[in-house]
Amino acid sequence: MNKQIVRLGVGLMAAYLVLFAQLNNLQFFSADELNAHPSNSRPLVADFGAPRGEIRAADGTVLARSIELDDGAFARRREYPLGPLFSEATGFFSFDSGSDGLERTWDDELRGERNALEDGLRELLGGASTTADITTTLSVDVQTAARDALGERPGSVVVLDPQSGAVLSLWSWPPYDPNPLASTNTAEARRARSALLADPSNPLLPRTTRELFFPGSTFKVVTAAAALDAGVVDLDSPIFATTESYTPPLTNNPLSNFGGAQCGGPLRDLLRRSCNAGMAQLAVELLGADPLVETARDFGFGSVPPIELPDVVASVMPDDFGADLGRSVEVAPDLLAQLDEIPEVPLTDDIPSLAQAAVGQFDVKATPLQMALVAAAIANDGEVPSPHVVQSVVDSEGSVIHEADLDPWRRAMSQETSIELRGVMLEVVESGTAQSMAIDGLIIGAKTGTAQIGADIESTHAWVIAFAGDRVDRPAVAIAVIVEADQAVGEQTGGRVAGPVAREVLEAWSRQR
Amino acid sequence: MPADLLPFFGVVLGLLLVAHMVLRRFAPLADPTILPVVALLNGIGYVFIARLASDVGDAESLPGQQATWTAVGIAAFTATLIVIPRIKVLDNYRYLAAITGIVLLVLPLVPFIGREVNSARIWVRLGPINFQPGEFAKIALAVFVASYLAEKREILQQARFSLGPFTLPEPKHLAPVMVAWGVSLVVMVAEKDLGSSLLLFLLVVVMLWVATARVSYLLAGVALFAIGGWGAAMRFEHVQDRLDIWLDPWADPDGVGFQPVEASFALANGGLTGTGPGRGEPYRIPEVETDFIFAAIGEELGLVGSVGILIAFVLIVSSGLRIAIGTRDTFGKLLAAALSTLIGMQAFIIIGGVIRIVPLTGITLPFVSYGGSSLVSNYVLIALLLRISHDGAARPDLGEPRSDQRVTERVGS
Repeated sequence: MNKQIVRLGVGLMAAYLVLFAQLNNLQFFSADELNAHPSNSRPLVADFGAPRGEIRAADGTVLARSIELDDGAFARRREYPLGPLFSEATGFFSFDSGSDGLERTWDDELRGERNALEDGLRELLGGASTTADITTTLSVDVQTAARDALGERPGSVVVLDPQSGAVLSLWSWPPYDPNPLASTNTAEARRARSALLADPSNPLLPRTTRELFFPGSTFKVVTAAAALDAGVVDLDSPIFATTESYTPPLTNNPLSNFGGAQCGGPLRDLLRRSCNAGMAQLAVELLGADPLVETARDFGFGSVPPIELPDVVASVMPDDFGADLGRSVEVAPDLLAQLDEIPEVPLTDDIPSLAQAAVGQFDVKATPLQMALVAAAIANDGEVPSPHVVQSVVDSEGSVIHEADLDPWRRAMSQETSIELRGVMLEVVESGTAQSMAIDGLIIGAKTGTAQIGADIESTHAWVIAFAGDRVDRPAVAIAVIVEADQAVGEQTGGRVAGPVAREVLEAWSRQR
Repeated sequence: MPADLLPFFGVVLGLLLVAHMVLRRFAPLADPTILPVVALLNGIGYVFIARLASDVGDAESLPGQQATWTAVGIAAFTATLIVIPRIKVLDNYRYLAAITGIVLLVLPLVPFIGREVNSARIWVRLGPINFQPGEFAKIALAVFVASYLAEKREILQQARFSLGPFTLPEPKHLAPVMVAWGVSLVVMVAEKDLGSSLLLFLLVVVMLWVATARVSYLLAGVALFAIGGWGAAMRFEHVQDRLDIWLDPWADPDGVGFQPVEASFALANGGLTGTGPGRGEPYRIPEVETDFIFAAIGEELGLVGSVGILIAFVLIVSSGLRIAIGTRDTFGKLLAAALSTLIGMQAFIIIGGVIRIVPLTGITLPFVSYGGSSLVSNYVLIALLLRISHDGAARPDLGEPRSDQRVTERVGS
């Protein structure tokens, strides 16, 4: 029997050797592979609790920070002390629902990762990771004013410095509170996210940079810039006929002025009173598609603005107005009589759409950020600044990792054109559609917009773009406001609805500077 | 970590000291290795149960309960050593042991007192006490098997019956194997307790082989096991599920494969030296305080700690088998071998299940897992083993060996 017992011992030892081998496999040889396995959420947990830098407003107010926790699975949790106020820019940082905003675009810097080589060396030398803090250009005062002025209406406010491109405010309603999404109670975080995703008003969408709207009449400054740069008109001539509507070639559908008003005159008056008929006629008979498309692109349409936020969308300028029919558009006799030379705009078979595009309809679509950049370019002698929300990124050792790029993004128009348009925009506030925006002691230029959405004329987006400052040759702030179309409210004009919002925000800006 | 951990820890240490003194008093010649190793396992288990108590939702009262069960276990250990002054006493209660074992095994199936927890019907509730009778049944059955084989081994050795290429014992002598097979199947099917089923069946087959030196018993056992296992896998969903999870836990890592997959992640996270106690995330694994406590130890103490646990069991098993070899009395020898095999295989089955060497079965890791029945029964088991050890070492003073002892010794070895 003893022989069997010895063999039994050997057998059991062999079984334990198998366990020993498998333990070595799991805990040593395959450990790296298992740790990196996609189903393994342990690295995610470590990651979510890892040290992470702060995001701050321009004045140092903390917008996002990590708080150390004593118990639970996570070492830290992310907190947004101001709740929903800055979610448009900061975004959120969640355990398993991803991240957005600055939390996403500056993830590596916030967590202190540079590149594999540098991190490896640092680890080798025993140094702690160097998380970085982000100081933004955002202003708590201006942002709060934007929130209060817009109230509970779907819409957006973008405020920026036209010279530097520093963004002071990115606000859209409805906002979301990033705190529940960043909860260490992952089930609660998931529920919060599901609720936001299920909300038809889509609070998770940062409308200022990711949603496109018809710009309506605010786009007329782009059409005007194209016309002035091309030299086909100047501000005071020719005089466009005073009329109720303009019917482009190849169609019987007239393009009416807002509310069927009678209006006309030189470009200055078309802008001041926001005449659709005259602007459409200008684009169709004197300017043509190519210069308009090119100028819109110079303003940034078709390009993604280089702001440090994720998934920013490019604004849209359509460039297909049908096949060239091989002849020129016929110029109205009263207009022709005022011209030195006959403009030869090629007639294309979808030229009625060009008439629409010239007044910011058809397929022209812009983000609120892009429209703020349009105002900024006019304020900044024709150059579109590089929009940025990050002033600087400084790591925990004090070295500056990143500083804002102050070089302009692109040139939209000549300096002369921008000076002329600034003058006209001042008139819009003095005696035009944006009189609601006047503020004592501040020079303000603006252009309103009332954009029809589809065929439903009853509900409209109310827009205003503006610049303001102490000197007309160097405005210090540019703004775009949109109050989105609301079926319940019906028609909302830019001057009446968006103008007061912009004025409140500009007043707050003026107080805090 | 609970504030009252230290007093509890003192109690646990004190109890182990008591066990040591009891052993010195009642079985002074017993193997000196086993009890310290048991104390080590019990201690590590207690520390980890206390550590998990702070992280596992409903586990706050577990350290106190485990301390209490340790006390009960050591009381049972003491009582066993006192009540059974010589192991041969048990030889007289062979059939009582058999009946007790079978009754205990089927007790959970009795309506009203039997309870199903986590789909396994292995619990019995009597008044305020819940326990798993299967943990005690295995000891009773080991006593029966050792006693039965001590008497019948020669007959079982002689029997010849040809079946194709195999030479088997005569069918009537295969009865105990068949009974064991049947009981195992009942346990597996009716109680859904794969681990205990496997353990009991292996025990009988291995002991038959040890007693008779006939490999054909092993082969027959393996064949029966294969047939039974295959049939169960075909017929019963829970057996099939366990097999599927074992064969490919990655097929559904977030669903049925979650437990073993998370256990592997825990062990990998621990790596060579572990995260350190309290610094891992073992609470991610369901049932970590019982079936999966080995993964928690592996995570927080690393490969060093997990292999340490393996070595502790190897020490207990090898000491137990050495006791078997050193005992001349056939019953004592077989019982020591049976008890060592029980502990060794139980640890193997659950550790192997956790690290995906064998299909996962819900049995406890002796002395380490949380659980009163397991702790108390294993202390009794160790007390019996030490009693045999003492008897074997004390042979010059104690009675004369059986007349057939020396003959057997020569034949067997």
